[in-house]
Amino acid sequence: MSRPMFDEMNASPSEVRAHYLKYARWLSEQPEEVMLSRREEAEMIFRRVGITFAVYGAKDEDGSGTERLIPFDLIPRVIPAHEWRRMEEGLVQRVTALNRFIHDVYHDQEIIKAGIIPADQIFQNAQFRPEMMGVDVPQQIYSHISGIDIVRAPVPGGDGTEAEYYVLEDNLRVPSGVSYMLEDRKMMMRLFPELFTENRVAPVAHYPDLLLETLRAVSPATTAEPTVVVLTPGMYNSAYFEHAFLAQQMGVELVEGQDLFVKDNFVYMRTTRGPKRVDVIYRRVDDDFLDPLVFRPNSTLGCAGLLSAYRAGNVAICNAVGTGVADDKSIYPYVPKMIDFYLGQKPILNNVPTFMGRDPEDLKYILAHLKDLVVKEVHGAGGYGMLVGPAATAAEIEEFRQAVVAKPEGYIAQPTLSLSTCPTYVKSGIAPRHIDLRPFVLSGKEVQMVPGGLTRVALKEGSLVVNSSQGGGTKDTWILEN
Amino acid sequence: MLSRTADHLFWMSRYTERAENTARMLDVNYQTSLLPQSAAVAQVGWEGLLTISELMPAFRAKYGEDGMTPRNVLDFMVRDENNPSSIISCLRAARENARAVRGALTTELWETQNQTWLELTRVLKSTGFERDPSEFFEWVKFRSHLSRGVAIGTMLQDEAFHFYRMGTFLERSDNTARLLDVKFHAVQSDFFGAASEEDQEYDFYHWSAILRSVSAFEVYRKVYRDVITPERVAELLIIRPDMPRSLAASLNEVVNNLAVVGNDHSQETQRRAGKLRADLQFARIDEILATGLHAFLTQFLDRVNDLGWRISQDFLVPTH
Repeated sequence: MSRPMFDEMNASPSEVRAHYLKYARWLSEQPEEVMLSRREEAEMIFRRVGITFAVYGAKDEDGSGTERLIPFDLIPRVIPAHEWRRMEEGLVQRVTALNRFIHDVYHDQEIIKAGIIPADQIFQNAQFRPEMMGVDVPQQIYSHISGIDIVRAPVPGGDGTEAEYYVLEDNLRVPSGVSYMLEDRKMMMRLFPELFTENRVAPVAHYPDLLLETLRAVSPATTAEPTVVVLTPGMYNSAYFEHAFLAQQMGVELVEGQDLFVKDNFVYMRTTRGPKRVDVIYRRVDDDFLDPLVFRPNSTLGCAGLLSAYRAGNVAICNAVGTGVADDKSIYPYVPKMIDFYLGQKPILNNVPTFMGRDPEDLKYILAHLKDLVVKEVHGAGGYGMLVGPAATAAEIEEFRQAVVAKPEGYIAQPTLSLSTCPTYVKSGIAPRHIDLRPFVLSGKEVQMVPGGLTRVALKEGSLVVNSSQGGGTKDTWILEN
Repeated sequence: MLSRTADHLFWMSRYTERAENTARMLDVNYQTSLLPQSAAVAQVGWEGLLTISELMPAFRAKYGEDGMTPRNVLDFMVRDENNPSSIISCLRAARENARAVRGALTTELWETQNQTWLELTRVLKSTGFERDPSEFFEWVKFRSHLSRGVAIGTMLQDEAFHFYRMGTFLERSDNTARLLDVKFHAVQSDFFGAASEEDQEYDFYHWSAILRSVSAFEVYRKVYRDVITPERVAELLIIRPDMPRSLAASLNEVVNNLAVVGNDHSQETQRRAGKLRADLQFARIDEILATGLHAFLTQFLDRVNDLGWRISQDFLVPTH
């Protein structure tokens, strides 16, 4: 492939970008064996601390069961202050508009009346929850924790010397990964403290504080000292470590569905001293499993009657029920229009140009250009249900063609973005690998975030899939202060 | 605190304690088997160990009637993952319980529990368990010491801590009682006055091995400053409140921790725990021996079992 590449660290083989100069000099002075032993040390620590994720159906022979480490790369992804400031403004704007949109969908539906988004796009969406119609939630906030996936790619038609940030995806249901952002930083400071005296890296460790503040801010008005809990599906969930970690860092209880019950439309947890009322639930369980009386009747992960208590305004659920209607891939193309409609602003962050299978003109284009496009299933997640045209075999393309023809509205397509790369440790030494970025945006009394996010890296050469379930790793993300 | 969290903490400490005591029991048996005694005596030792843990049927099912060799018993009790009472199963269960509430543990305590589990396989290999299991038993004991020490040294002394401690001592009272039962049973025939000189010598090694298994050999010398007699061994391990692994000391801790967490439902449980403690507090060893040690210990184990069930009902898996 001769498409232009943009590397975060190296402007050219001989030229390091200004914000990476100090780091690159430091790196060149490190003996190889020292870096190697640091890598081993990092792995050992991650194992001992139990920073692992579960892979369904996998089994290790060393007795560690299904727990795997997410590979951690020693070379940080560095973002200069001015770029971050702009990104932050864009994120606040985008998440504000998305929250307005969800509120609108479940109330007056002005955006449909104005003809901006077709009604069936919303009502036929499996993530639309009619149960939420007319329900008022505190502060009118639905997505309290939003994970916005951002990639950087060369400007189309440019020579590759300039690149732009694009929002690839909004995650408004139960976005995960923030614990890796925090643990990666801790690890870097532990392994290379000297780097942090040389570089002014903005701290991220106060994230749990901001999160708690956000959760408390949306507590039902009736309580002065709200009881916040984190609801987890349990220790066999792939993100269990993160659930336990956040509960511990916030100093709140980590509960499972079986610990909760509803009585007279209030939610309680079973404690050693009897029932205790719960005011705010930071749930890491999908909508479908929250309440067997309303959603999946066989779910044991939730709590019967929860939705009724929620609708009565006696408990806050974060993120709210029904946010999925706004982070769907078929709604994504409309986000720039939402920003204009609700805020009267021009979008600060770019969307990736998107072709929608439901649009006949777009569909024609998609089918004619399958080998150049990334085709995504509208409801897919985690890197599954996706075709990367340029990397696919003829058979895979044919398979997708049939799938798209059979159900055009189930697919969108985007040009294959050449995601920016960052130098990364691989078997043969240091080589460029594609990366993305997921900042975590908190919406409570205000919209805020810690400077940074989770940088994921596709460890396979040429691969654009950064998901941990598909062999992706993570890097520490540095926002450099001036 | 959350009932489920308390439940996991309670069982985390119980399994850790059980792993330690199993290692202690196996170690004393192994040490005794090195004495110049008849094969029959050694055999009785291994059999008693399985009987007291209620594992004889499972063992027979796996190894058959003729399988009662030290090697097999050690394998079964140490690294058989299908035996829920083996050391490996206990350490796994301790770690699983810890993982379920890792957020409620201090970082150091969680890492200690996790590290024990991660190192287990390697230690089994590197300590030459096949040749001499003592070093491995020592490791299990010290991991348990470490975990207990880290808990005491780092945990906030709130409810979580008290349930954690309650688990430790309820399990310990059970395990010490079982150890006593099996060891006194082994020499029951010549318990009241050994016949020959040779037997007396054997007795010395037998009783000192029991004392060593609960780290009480030096304690015994210090307390009694006299030869080792079975009566005093029993007294030390049953009613001395200052002997940290005795029944009385364990019950003291159970009662004290229970008192701190007591709730609206737990009066009866507290009453029964207090009564059991009082029975030990005002007991005399000659009375216990006169009525029969085995009967006494059997009843004691039933009462401890009842306490465990009641604690579960009142606090951990509440039915109200």
